Formats: sequence, structure tokens, C-alpha cells
Amino acid sequence: MISCRNIVKTYINGDTQTTVLKDVFFDIAGGEFVAIMGPSGSGKSTLMHILGCLDTPSSGTYILDRHDVSAYSDDELADIRIKKIGFVFQAFNLLPRSSVIRNVTLPLVYAGVPGSAREKRGMTALAQAAFPEAFQGHLSNQLSGGMMQRVAIARALVNNPSIILADEPTGNLDTKTGEIVLATFQRLHRDHGRTIILITHEPYVAEHAERIIHIRDGSIVTDERNSRRRIIQRDPTP
Amino acid sequence: MKISDLLTETYRALSANKARSGLTILGIVIGIASVIAMIAIGQGASATIQSSIQGLGSNLLTIVPGSLQPGRGFVSSGRGAATTLKNDDVEAVRQIEGVAGISAELQRRFQIISSAGNNTNSTVIGTLPDYAPVRNAAVAEGSFITDAHVRSLSRVAVLGPTAARDLFGEDDPLGKTIRINKINFKVIGLLATKGSSGFFNPDDTIFVPLSAMQKVLAGADYLSTIAISVQSKDMMPQVQDEATTALAARHRVDPANADFSVVSQADILGTLTQVTTTFTIFLASIAGISLLVGGIGIMNMMLTTVTERTREIGLRKAIGAKKRDISMQFLAEAVTLTFIGGVAGVAMGWIISYAVTYFAGIATSVSLASVALAFGVSAAIGIIFGYYPARRAAGLNPIEALRYE
Repeated sequence: MISCRNIVKTYINGDTQTTVLKDVFFDIAGGEFVAIMGPSGSGKSTLMHILGCLDTPSSGTYILDRHDVSAYSDDELADIRIKKIGFVFQAFNLLPRSSVIRNVTLPLVYAGVPGSAREKRGMTALAQAAFPEAFQGHLSNQLSGGMMQRVAIARALVNNPSIILADEPTGNLDTKTGEIVLATFQRLHRDHGRTIILITHEPYVAEHAERIIHIRDGSIVTDERNSRRRIIQRDPTP
Repeated sequence: MKISDLLTETYRALSANKARSGLTILGIVIGIASVIAMIAIGQGASATIQSSIQGLGSNLLTIVPGSLQPGRGFVSSGRGAATTLKNDDVEAVRQIEGVAGISAELQRRFQIISSAGNNTNSTVIGTLPDYAPVRNAAVAEGSFITDAHVRSLSRVAVLGPTAARDLFGEDDPLGKTIRINKINFKVIGLLATKGSSGFFNPDDTIFVPLSAMQKVLAGADYLSTIAISVQSKDMMPQVQDEATTALAARHRVDPANADFSVVSQADILGTLTQVTTTFTIFLASIAGISLLVGGIGIMNMMLTTVTERTREIGLRKAIGAKKRDISMQFLAEAVTLTFIGGVAGVAMGWIISYAVTYFAGIATSVSLASVALAFGVSAAIGIIFGYYPARRAAGLNPIEALRYE
């Protein structure tokens, strides 16, 4: 599904050159639940941007679903993002004062899905993200943090992407709500076979994944199966 | 992104901040409305002048003393001191083929007292019987000056309606006596109303026989104007040329630098059209400035919107919006603002034009061309002033935009 081959990312700022990623090399197979963990400044955000096709590596190749996207233009990357990637952000990034369904179906607008099919797919995605039907009439700014993140997860699912990329999805949530969101990811992985990449700096959060890639100063330190995996059997009630 | 999605997004974005959108639209409304109203006033003025010039007689040539300098136009001509036109010139011009009628005139201003005791300061024109057909003057009561009056230096006068009202009020002036420059004249006729034509009001005029004017009132042997009516419009240039040649030969001057000028209606109309066109352009350009300010208002709002919605733009790009989708979205917002402003502005400009006609009595005409122009300009403003903010939004880096605080 994903192969990163010797990925290097260098930023040039005037005369100084900063290498943020040094020779990163790993594969992720379809259906895996991987956490990329590292402290701030470790290069995990840069790696996330490359994996999410928001940025391209300075050298090395990144192959996503048999597409070598290393040298794609901005618009080609946008096209790949529509088809292959669902983002979940720390700050939710919902459209303000907009209905739940409009937020969820926003990617379908750019994917060219006809209006009639959008709502149905939005409802399916909301159900997968375990968003309670009772809240569907609310506007985005009337929801709690946990509910907002569920809308964001549904939005990431709606275009049926190859991978879901979650960047600190619990960063703005309290422990209990964070647990609910992580349980949702586990369930999507287990029941729907979704490939999920979780970027976090918290070991506790990373322990919900099957595999943890530890990154520090731009290089992979460890890449191993998670021996102390936390498994939440059921979605706790919201 | 489909057109319907684009319209939905535009509607949502603009209705999210109705007050700001409304005020921005108002800027365009005022700009478009003032352009339409100003052009309407200018064109109305131009139409009024044209119709009043045509009212003077459409196949009219006017010979005035003094030379018209090219580019200075008609208004600066005919200084009173020039005394080069003589009575004999009238007979010379009368020989030219195509002349239908000829009116020789000497014009002065005098203090006039009526037998009713009123007095006024009016223009007195000494003229020939042909004045009435040549100048389109219609007699309402009594009769006009006859050849017999001219031959016998009769002290008779024909009054314009304004002069008659000033001198006699509501009384019938026929048969009464007026004193022009302390000399008694008998009123024999009254003209119909003709209406003002710019600087000169033909209704506030008193007509006397040319001979009486020259010998009794003015003590002068020259003419201030010779007016020729030409048989048809096609013959105008030919008669104009021949009159110039004939008079130049009589006066022994070079036709190119003569001591008189032969002016056609077209010349006068041309000069006045030039004046009204300048006036219209002047008004429209002042109005255009307000339209430009309205456009800057649009740009200002769009730039603010782009900054405010940076994170939203970042999100849209992250989930797959292309540069074109983003720039189209913001361009559509700007064009919608100006389009709404354009429609409201045309309506308002129309209302202002009617109000100006109704309350101020100035004729206005809203032309389809000015409406089309206003629409074109407002669409162009939307695109021009929306382009830069839209490009700025489309060029945002999604990573930085998502991090924007």
C-alpha cells in the first residue's frame, strides 16, 4: 500500500539548510493500523505531510497504491488526495456554522460526486464513525469536541480512501473523549479493514495501534509490533 | 466542482456576513447608479440642445460678421463691433440657386415702455417679412411685418409672447403703443411661443421693420445676421460655399480668411454636441471614480475574507480542492457581489434619472448602451478586483494554511 524509499526532506531557508527527514525507509501494508510516534521536532509532521500527499520529498520515492507521487504537481497531488486519503486533524477543521451532513460531504463536492448520491454516502460514513443520529440536525459549532472529531472522521471516510491519516486526533480532547475516538479508529480497522496511520507524540495514544514507528531527529529509531497493545472491545458510549 | 456547487458555496459565504456583503455591494450600487444617472443627464442635455437647434429651422444657414476661428466654435463669434455685413449683401446672396428665403436682421437691446406703463429690457430685431418662414416663427394674432412696412419705415412692432406678457400683462396688446428708445411703435402682431434655445430666448423679442431699425432706432447701415433658408438639406453645402464666394468677392477678401462667416446648423450643432459630450464625459468620469472606489471595496472585502478563511482554504485543499476550485470560488464571490450591485445600481440610476427629470426638470435619457456599459464595467470590476484575492487564496500552501492562527 505504502512504500517509503530513502525519503529525505530538506528545507532551505536563506543560507541555512535544515534536513528534517534523513533516509526514512518503511512499508505499510493494506489494513494495518500504524502509529508514528515522536517528540515535537522529530520530523513526524513532515512525514505526515509527505504521506498525506500535501508535500513531496526532496529525494527518495514515495509510492502510494502503485502511484509514485514523489514528483507530482500540486493539482496532481490534490487529485490523489481526493481519491486515496482521508485526513483527521487535531483541530477538527470543520466548516463553521454548517450542518453536519454538509461537513461530511464536502470532499464529494471536489470529487465530482452527483448531489443525489452525496447524502447517502454521508449518512453511511456518519454511521461508520458512530455519530449519533440525534445530533445530525446540529450545526458544527453546536457540537462537543468529541462529536466534532466524529464528524471529521466521517468526512475522512466519505470518499472511501485507501488510508486514513490522523494527526494528533486526540490532542484537543480530554482522556475519556480521546478514548472514544481511538476506539472508533480501532473499530474501523478491525471491522472495516481500514488502513489507519496515527501520528502522535503520546506513547499512551500510540499504544492503541498494532505497530509503532518511533521517529527521532528525522530518522526511524524503532519499527516494531506493539506488544502492549490496548484494545478497546466496544465503543464506549459517548 | 460543478456550477451548482459553486453557486451554493458562494451563497453560503456571502450570507454568512450579510452586513459586510451588503455594504460592499452598496459601494458598487452607488458607483453604477451615478454612472448611469450622469450619462443620462448628459445625453438628455444633448438631446434637448439638438431638438432646440432643429427648432430654429433645419435648413438654415446663418451669415454673421467677423471670422470664426477654427476650434473656438460658434459661441465666441459675431462680436458686435464687426460691421461688415451690409444690406446689399442680402441681394447678392438672394441670387444664389437653392435659396428659399432670406432674412436680414439687425439686433440691439433697448429699454421698452408700454402704454400700460410697464417697462422691460428686451432684444429688438429689425428684419424683413421673410423672417417668419426662415426662422420658423408663427404669428398667433395680427400680422407680421410686410414689405410695405419696410419700404415706408413704418413704426410698427410684433411682440414675442414673453415680451408681450412683460409689457401688457394679460391685456391684448394688439393696436396698443410701445415706446422703444423713446419712439412710439404700434403693436400689429403677436408671435406664438417657440421656447428657449440655450442662451437666447426668441420669445422675449420684439420685431420691427429692418428699415425702421437701421434708420430710426440704431442709426446704423449694417446687419448683425443674414439668415438663409435653403430649399433642401442636400443643397446646404453648395449654398454655403456659393454664399461664401459671393460675399468674399463683394468684400474683396480671401474666402479662407473672410470678414464674415457662413455657419450651418450642422456647425452649431457640432460645436454644442462637442460641449455636451465633454460635459457628459466629465460627469461620467467623476461617477467612474466612485465606481472604482466601489471596486476597491470589493477587493478589500475579498482580501479580508481570504485571510479569515485561511484554515478553511487549507482544509479544502487538503481534502482535494485544486487551485482552480479555490480561485473559482473566490472569484465567483467577487463577481456575485458586483453583479448584484450592478443590477441594483442600474435600477437606482434609472430612478435617479426619473427623479432628476421630475423634480429638477432636466431632461434625461437612460440609454441601453449605458446600461450595457454599466453591466460590463461591473462584471469587469468583479473579475479584476476579485482576481488578486482569489489567486492569493488559490496559491496558499495547504500545510501552512491549516496551521494558520
